[in-house]
Amino acid sequence: MRRVGPCRLRYTVLITGTGEETMHRAILAAGLALALAASAEGADQVKVGFISTLSGPAAAIGIDIRDGFNLALKLSGGKLGGLPAEVIVTDDQQNPDTGRQIVDKYVKRDHVDFVTGIVFSNVLLAVAPVVFDSKTFLISTNAGPSLLAGEKCSPWFFSVAWQNDGTPESAGKYTADKGFKKIFLLSPNYPAGKDMVAGFKRYYKGVIADEVYPRLGQLDYSAELAQIRAAAPDAVFFFLPGGMGINFIKQFSAAGLGKQVTLITTAFSADEDIIPAVGEPMLGIYNTGFWNHDLDNPESRAFVAAFEKEYGRLPTGYAAQGYDAARAIDAAAREVKGKLDDSEAVRKALRANTFRSVRGPFKMNRNGFPIQNYYLRVVERDAKGRITNRTLSTVLKDHPDAYAEQCPLK
Amino acid sequence: MATLILEQTLNGLQFGLMLFLLAAGLTLVFGIMDLINLAHGSLYMIGAYLVAAVVRATGSFALAVLVAILGTAAIGILLEVTVLRRLYTRDHLSQVLATFALLLICNEVVRLVFGSQPVMLSMPNGLAGPVQLLPGFYYPAFRLAVIGVGLAVAVLLYLLVGRTRAGMWVRAGASNREMAAAMGIDVKLLFTAVFGVGAALCAVAGAMLGPILAVQVGMGESILILAFVVIVIGGIGSIRGALVGALLVGMVDTVGRAFVPTLLRSFLSPAVASGVGPALASIAIYVLMAAVLFWRPQGLFPARA
Repeated sequence: MRRVGPCRLRYTVLITGTGEETMHRAILAAGLALALAASAEGADQVKVGFISTLSGPAAAIGIDIRDGFNLALKLSGGKLGGLPAEVIVTDDQQNPDTGRQIVDKYVKRDHVDFVTGIVFSNVLLAVAPVVFDSKTFLISTNAGPSLLAGEKCSPWFFSVAWQNDGTPESAGKYTADKGFKKIFLLSPNYPAGKDMVAGFKRYYKGVIADEVYPRLGQLDYSAELAQIRAAAPDAVFFFLPGGMGINFIKQFSAAGLGKQVTLITTAFSADEDIIPAVGEPMLGIYNTGFWNHDLDNPESRAFVAAFEKEYGRLPTGYAAQGYDAARAIDAAAREVKGKLDDSEAVRKALRANTFRSVRGPFKMNRNGFPIQNYYLRVVERDAKGRITNRTLSTVLKDHPDAYAEQCPLK
Repeated sequence: MATLILEQTLNGLQFGLMLFLLAAGLTLVFGIMDLINLAHGSLYMIGAYLVAAVVRATGSFALAVLVAILGTAAIGILLEVTVLRRLYTRDHLSQVLATFALLLICNEVVRLVFGSQPVMLSMPNGLAGPVQLLPGFYYPAFRLAVIGVGLAVAVLLYLLVGRTRAGMWVRAGASNREMAAAMGIDVKLLFTAVFGVGAALCAVAGAMLGPILAVQVGMGESILILAFVVIVIGGIGSIRGALVGALLVGMVDTVGRAFVPTLLRSFLSPAVASGVGPALASIAIYVLMAAVLFWRPQGLFPARA
């Protein structure tokens, strides 16, 4: 896009935002790839605006997405689709307004080719109109609000994660299959929280003891735990990502409810970001997700090994999503031979979805959301004595989301 | 239903008492020195971080609490002597600006030292489980301990302010600063001491709430707003007002979260109720504050009659 001469200096800069969007400071990160490259036909670089939640109780999620993304970039020599990649990283502080400002700068001043990295649905919904209006592709690495999956689907949107309803749908199916009769639902009061409950209820048709929607970011669950005790359900299905989940499970255990009530959840409250922080009370929790580090395919094994080597910890599903986002962009840029200005061709390439995902091959639906498997896992001690998830079975196979039918795109 | 009400009452009491620890210091500083201190929440954050750091280094929660109380009090006194002392004669706007700057500086310093991810602080092992209060009714031991500490501090403060000479100076300062100074009270020393005690109370709250919530940058701001609500309800400068206000806010917040959505569901559709309920629950305490301000603009227990 921005050709200057036949030969120029190229580098990858990673910027981590700390405070306000205007205050982000540039850190030349590891593997700052300085390279001389001859100018190719078409674009001479791929520019990615990476915006994620990197501070606060949900920071671990954004950090894992970023680390997964950076790992893929490092493994491909700092290039996407054979072109040098410039990635600008900024923290949205889990704040939709902040997110909007950051993305505004990305599309108007930095002229990025892709916006990616977003964790929360409320942030995604706030920035989506800005990105779409500027005719820039938004690659979701996590949030999959139903609002963007149905009638209001966009040709500029693709997700390498899931539509919000998918994971709780598989949890609902497990709950129904297992014969639980009375369920208490707990989910934060924001778009994804509502999607999660809707997804769960699509498959679980039994009695609902109560459904409670705490504020997003709430950390003290004393009032909700008292309600659970009083309602005496068979099981609690909860969607509480990041620090919310850590606190809920710890407090649930401290309140002594574990003996009477089973916890059922999604990977978002039982992944590698939560397990080490909670410890023993995690053991025996059943949860569902689209990927786990023990999935048996070559891409997944290679990713897990590389991630553990690079960061010294097991990757979460979030890290896998970040990794896949970089690989999806890489494949699309390669497919169009670097002609990122040809948005129709880029869209076709993203839709065709030729990259080798860590979850195994999957199709992209017409609304830009994956058609994929969801697995049941349980938290156990593994052979090395670590507390972690073990995949048990496939709950939903090649599962499309519930809204794609209403999407007018082809 | 009876155990539900009992449990929610304990929850409200626990939350209210912790708010009291913060509001007590805030109301004294506001009432006696006429200083609006937005950095009060930062002392709470510093206390919590000190606890987390010492627990990580030594593994002892009790030692950590002691270090945090002394350390935070020292930091509070240092702040008072170096910065805040110069603000007493300024108007409220200058005070708000200066203490807001302090708040931002504290946040960034903590971020530099500890990082922007929350620090995990676990409950001490002996208090991590539940205890049986009534047959079949369990309550987290740590929350009971929090209630115990809160009540003990409240009684201690009551005795200190109501029964000692120093307390008399504090009360005199709160009701009429100039007159107290004219009667020969060393106001300068009194101010520093009050600020130190306020900071120590912040550290206690940080130590008690750290394991329940999360030790993170910015944790002081959200709770500071509630502390201000408490002292406005209770009456500025009044310890008794702070206690009553804090318990009211704690109860109303818990009742709002626990019972309002259920109540709404009985006459609204589930979809509407699930949307309106949480919103109403989160504004319940502000409705309470508005009501108190309407009928008692000076708060429930005004210090200056």
